[in-house]
Amino acid sequence: MRVYKVGVERIHALDGVTLELRENEYVAVMGPSGSGKSTLMNVLGCLDRVTSGRYELDGENTTGMSDAALAGVRNERIGFVFQSFELLSRSSALKNVEMPLIYSRDGWWSRRKRAMHMLGRVGLGDRVKHRPNQLSGGEKQRVAIARALICNPSILLADEPTGNLDSKTSEDILALFDQLHAEGQTIILVTHEESVARHAKRVIRMKDGRIFSDLSIEEDHARRHELTTELGKVTK
Amino acid sequence: MKAVLAIPLAFLRLFYQSIYLALGQIWVNKTRSILTTLGIVIGVASVTAVIAALTGLKAKILTQVQTLGTNTIFISPRTPDRGPMRHANWWQMRFRPEQFDSVLDHCPSVAALSRVGGVGRRTLKYGEQSVDNVEIQGIEPAYHQIEHRPVVLGRVFTPIDDMQVRQVCLIEPKLRDKLRLDRDCIGETIRIGYNAFRIVGVIEPRPQMNFGDSSQERYEVFIPFRTLEKLGEPWMWAMATGKSADTLEEAQAELKFFLRRTRNIRPGQPDTFEVQSLQSALETFNRIAVIVTMVAGGIVGISLLVGGVGIMNIMLVSVSERTREIGLRKAVGARRSAILTQFMIESVTLCFVGGLVGIGFGQLLTMAIANIPQVKLDLAHIPLWAIGLSFSFAGFVGIVFGMVPAIKAARLDPIEALRHE
Repeated sequence: MRVYKVGVERIHALDGVTLELRENEYVAVMGPSGSGKSTLMNVLGCLDRVTSGRYELDGENTTGMSDAALAGVRNERIGFVFQSFELLSRSSALKNVEMPLIYSRDGWWSRRKRAMHMLGRVGLGDRVKHRPNQLSGGEKQRVAIARALICNPSILLADEPTGNLDSKTSEDILALFDQLHAEGQTIILVTHEESVARHAKRVIRMKDGRIFSDLSIEEDHARRHELTTELGKVTK
Repeated sequence: MKAVLAIPLAFLRLFYQSIYLALGQIWVNKTRSILTTLGIVIGVASVTAVIAALTGLKAKILTQVQTLGTNTIFISPRTPDRGPMRHANWWQMRFRPEQFDSVLDHCPSVAALSRVGGVGRRTLKYGEQSVDNVEIQGIEPAYHQIEHRPVVLGRVFTPIDDMQVRQVCLIEPKLRDKLRLDRDCIGETIRIGYNAFRIVGVIEPRPQMNFGDSSQERYEVFIPFRTLEKLGEPWMWAMATGKSADTLEEAQAELKFFLRRTRNIRPGQPDTFEVQSLQSALETFNRIAVIVTMVAGGIVGISLLVGGVGIMNIMLVSVSERTREIGLRKAVGARRSAILTQFMIESVTLCFVGGLVGIGFGQLLTMAIANIPQVKLDLAHIPLWAIGLSFSFAGFVGIVFGMVPAIKAARLDPIEALRHE
């Protein structure tokens, strides 16, 4: 449970959410704004703590951890991809990808090599020296993905990763996610677009801080189909 | 063992990371960084230049004192600022030669004492040649023990010259040349006023003591003190030397005690004379130098304060400009300490760079001062401790004024920071 205090009011951003994610799952979290999906992301990404309840990551309870320990967890086990890329505008693609390794315990010495390798993996091996303003939107998001993956995270958390991209580029990025998933990466995707969610293998729908439905993509698809036909019948 | 090493290693890594990031940040904001550090640059440049000039002055004075000997004591009349003698004119204050009689018997720490007197300037003549305004100085034989001015030709004065009131003199080489005397002028007779004097020796000229005014030529002729007394009542003072540098203060005290008695000064009344050693003169100079340094330091402190406020301001701007970046860094695993150190080191580095540039400018200023011909501070240089002081000052300013922005940055909530527009 996550409760925010706004003035005297208490807002239950997350309420009675129980969720289990396995390795190499590809999950889409959907829901209207205010449904608690961002809060869920923040908790899963160790940026936020739950007010009550517990969150275990790789079998380790993170609930009572200090700020510094949580920072370490974020560094080693979480990779973030944001809607607006969040690249350092004055640094090259290579420097941007290296950045998390600066704060890492053992990646410091080999960071350049690892960053080069990771940029190659996302298909930007020839653009390492370019700055963000010399890259297209899709390329920027690839740099951001390379940065998220550089520490071999347990979870790749992507918050509306295609929100600022056109549909063609979005498909390219989603294809990259598919490829990463095929290679064994656990991915959690927050989106409000059905076309994006369709790439995932499991869809979690949220509403008012609760999980509204948690189904595999096929079931979810069938359920939606049902709902629309029912809706069709009603309107008829 | 590994655990023991882990903490310093982690600290070193943090330090290295932060320097790496900070230098990068300064580099991308070149113009802003230069303008920000200007206050520090000016502060450090001025403090180093002032210290360099003082060092030069001190070195100059020290070398001159060393040629004269720090062991020398000067005794001269002085009008006191209170007591019955305070309205006396300078002539009433004068020493009388007999006030120094048997001084060595009563002052065991004094090795030698010479009365020195003058009767003003006279005209010197040798044949057709004449030189006006020559200082006539009467000295006792002990003078040669006290003043380090060797007689390069002929002989020094002997007690017999003094006792027999001989009309003999010592002259300087340049005066010899001016009078067109032979190089070996011993035994020649010159006229001082209406009296004939035989030259017995050539004495080395006094080392250049005066600052600036060296255009006017001054000549000196030495004659025995008793001979001088025959030319008129002299204005006199005395020079003495202590038995050793350690007992110099005792020697001065003994001389004071002795002179108070011979000059009939009642207990409780102030001295009507002054007993000073070069050592004490040097101490006086040092005290003045410290005061000047402190005043300059105060001014510089103010300019560094202004510079520090500039640094704090720009760092605060930097923190709010880079809120999203801070949020991102925290999201990818930067701890509070890493963010804090990054911003602290950024401000300290800014100040250090400012300090470095300031020392460069200070060096230029020092070279400029050293090359002004009238000032004669050619020994001016920036001492190592001043460089250290400037750097630690700059670092201190960086730490103090970087603290607030750095803490602000470290405390940012990553979620809020990433939402920041």
